[in-house]
Amino acid sequence: MAALDRPVVKPRPVYLNLLAIRQPLAAVVSILHRASGALLFLVGIPALLWSVEASLVSPETFGQWKAVMRHPVAKLVALVLAWAYIHHLLAGLRHLALDLHVGLDLPSARRSAAFVFVLGLLLTLLVAVRLW
Amino acid sequence: MVTSVQRAGGAHYGWRDWLSQRITAVIMLLYTLLILGVVLWNGGLDYTTWTRLFAGGAFRLATFLFMVALMLHAWVGVRNITMDYLKVAWVRLSVQVAVICVLVVYAGWTLALLWGAP
Repeated sequence: MAALDRPVVKPRPVYLNLLAIRQPLAAVVSILHRASGALLFLVGIPALLWSVEASLVSPETFGQWKAVMRHPVAKLVALVLAWAYIHHLLAGLRHLALDLHVGLDLPSARRSAAFVFVLGLLLTLLVAVRLW
Repeated sequence: MVTSVQRAGGAHYGWRDWLSQRITAVIMLLYTLLILGVVLWNGGLDYTTWTRLFAGGAFRLATFLFMVALMLHAWVGVRNITMDYLKVAWVRLSVQVAVICVLVVYAGWTLALLWGAP
């Protein structure tokens, strides 16, 4: 009856410290998908609406908008938002593929996560070149 | 207590939101490709090209479709975030109501931009 004397609940960590765990790249891509989505909601949508309005109302406001966008801080914000949009879109496409049972096995899923992460940064680099 | 027969309960909005999140995503993807194509075709956009684009009814409609998809997509996404991190009911509800209000204002802003008085 020795087996019954053992505690049923094995000692396990009480909590998981997300910062102490080395996250697989798919997890990083996933949390960045969420973070970029939150950023697009908080900053992206108002910035988009403001930009469309300013650029459409009159040639003067269009010029003012272009002048604002020449400021380094505005360019930095635009670049971060561009990355957020690109990463969110690519990670979303990866989700759609996984939904369709494409690339579900672990090596493929790891490869696609790396692909999304790197392609997102490369396309953002293109935007940066275009901005500066 | 676990009874012998348990039905999976719930409000059943999960699958609907899951589907709508994907449909709105595809709508936004197509619009993004459209804009990208227009920008690349024109080699950048000046004021004249930009406003002429918005003069077209079809483009306005496509833009409106994109914005509606964006608001719905943002709602499902942000609501998921609140459900994961906001554990106190009244805090969660308050934030969700605030998010809905903001999104409705954005939708109104979009309507005013596209079809409002110049």
